[in-house]
Amino acid sequence: MPKVLMKGNEAIGEAAIRAGCLHYFGYPITPQTEIMEYLAKRLPAVGGMFLQAESEVAASNMIYGAASVGLRVMTSSSSPGISLMAEAISYIAACELPVVIVNMMRSGPGLGGILPAQGDYFQATRGMAHGDFNLIVLAPASVQEAADLTTLAFELAERYHNPVMVIGDGMIGQMMEPVEFAGQGVGKPLDPGDWALTGCEGRPKRVITSLYLDPDACFEHNLKLQAKWERIEEAECRFESYQCEKPYDVLLTAFGMTSRICKAAIQELADEGINIGLFRPITVHPFPYAACRKAIEKAKRVLDVEMNMGQMLEDVRLACEGARPIDFFGTAGGIVPAPEDVVRRIRECLDESEGSRKPTTRKPASDKPAPRKPTSSKLASSKSVSSKSVSSKSVSSKSVSRKPTDSGDAPR
Amino acid sequence: MKKIFSATAVLEDRPTHYCPGCTHGVIHRLVAETIEELGIRGRTVGVAPVGCAVLAYEYFDVDMIEAAHGRAPAVATGAKRSRPNLIVFTYQGDGDLASIGMGEIMHAANRGEKITVIFVNNAIYGMTGGQMAPTTMPKQHTTTTPSGRDVAEVGWPLRMSEVIAQLTTPAFVARVSVHTPRETIRAKDVIRQAFAYQVAGKCFSFVEVLSTCPTNWGLSPAEAEHWLEKEMLPYYTLGIKKRPEETPEGAGSVHH
Repeated sequence: MPKVLMKGNEAIGEAAIRAGCLHYFGYPITPQTEIMEYLAKRLPAVGGMFLQAESEVAASNMIYGAASVGLRVMTSSSSPGISLMAEAISYIAACELPVVIVNMMRSGPGLGGILPAQGDYFQATRGMAHGDFNLIVLAPASVQEAADLTTLAFELAERYHNPVMVIGDGMIGQMMEPVEFAGQGVGKPLDPGDWALTGCEGRPKRVITSLYLDPDACFEHNLKLQAKWERIEEAECRFESYQCEKPYDVLLTAFGMTSRICKAAIQELADEGINIGLFRPITVHPFPYAACRKAIEKAKRVLDVEMNMGQMLEDVRLACEGARPIDFFGTAGGIVPAPEDVVRRIRECLDESEGSRKPTTRKPASDKPAPRKPTSSKLASSKSVSSKSVSSKSVSSKSVSRKPTDSGDAPR
Repeated sequence: MKKIFSATAVLEDRPTHYCPGCTHGVIHRLVAETIEELGIRGRTVGVAPVGCAVLAYEYFDVDMIEAAHGRAPAVATGAKRSRPNLIVFTYQGDGDLASIGMGEIMHAANRGEKITVIFVNNAIYGMTGGQMAPTTMPKQHTTTTPSGRDVAEVGWPLRMSEVIAQLTTPAFVARVSVHTPRETIRAKDVIRQAFAYQVAGKCFSFVEVLSTCPTNWGLSPAEAEHWLEKEMLPYYTLGIKKRPEETPEGAGSVHH
């Protein structure tokens, strides 16, 4: 099939249909509305069902109902809307239903703005709602990957009977890129198996509930969910290592669109003969700790780059376990860092990394002011650069007291 | 001997957790008998609320989903829209439906979802121990209105049947009671009509059932029935409030 030029949001909608998702419930919110608009047009044409809910609260409970009766189903939203869905997502995870939720992140907190951001990393990867549960969270870095990971999201949701979230920053949803869809036509319907509520004709009734009033039963249920999560951690970590086969002093860590900006920065420095590595988790949850640790061990210093105030940074620190100093470069509010901003920050890291191969020549400094160095050593977040938008945070290795381990296993 | 009665097979043969004198058990039975008589047990999915009836799925012998507080109409919408051949009903109390779930019930009704809603109004929060509900009567004492509900402070009780009946979207809306055998027989007939409209694919159907809560009202079961009749019936008038056959006001010229 030839490539087509599509917005990321539309590509997600098309990929969902090709994955056999013919049921969609959602509520409009910028910058993801094109997903629902695309499906409002396409789903009836392929025999599917589209419904605009009265709120994200309702939309998320509608997918709970649709998944309960054994249908492949999806909803999508953006940051404030996802907060409203948190309640239902906890129920869906507790009931082990396969659903896909897309979050095209915008800036926050509160109403924030409608421009791209990555501030919902904590929300997506740290449970997001009440109780112990985990979402599988996939973070695409291109329109093609947005489509591919949407397909994968349905596969994983059904393999593990677990909600899966695709998180893109608003940029991926809005920009157009060529995209190719793997499969032709529409996927097979979901098998209702021995769990879906299809009516109890000829069999005992089935109940989908997350209520466990007996503490032993509730504990058992939690253990079961946790055991499933450990299987997912074991089998489903996905990541990209970029320019990591060559030696490097500085390793960048980034997810989603930020990784593309990092690659542009890496390219710029490569032209000067400086190699910089990049580690990008594709599953930000489960986070590929062991692989990240491996990439970190080759470096003298790590620079984590995000469009937030340092959220994935915590996972990088967990992977690192104090083995290397970690610097942070972050933006928020819809400010997208330019490659030259990242280059500047990398040069600082190179300067700070002891015994680093300092470049003899440098490109002319950009006209923007350089980031101020961190004012205090540990966990200090210093205001920076271009006035209000960019912050720098340095995390000293001394601030992590645990002894680094060779295994790189995620601490529990 | 000729068998003249047997318990409905759509209710599990087990004791319920409901308090003595509570009418949830009667309402369960009416719904279950209706499902049996209409021959729809094998394709029915019920949605349980949060509240006293949270464990309804342990009593109804049909496929059931447990919803979050107030969200049952949205969950039912998802189920019914995805598998239109299913008969989907919600069973909700007054806190669940008329307070936290107001948005979900109004929009499910307004979209004309082909589901049946059984709304149990006992004028109080039962499961959490007797707090004010949106349906609590003026001057009624609850744990959060210890001096009685002051309508100047917290407004008047919500009459959900009337609120839903005024929507333009065609629907079957009725209020019944189960505090006497005669009203219970009438209630059964109305609940049967509500399900029949769904079976015919006709419309959204909504039955409000007035119910007693002797425990949280602080009355004996007999006193509670008397209180319902004296305090609730004049305000919550019984009867069919709307039928789908009625042409909605101002909608006569609307083309579909």
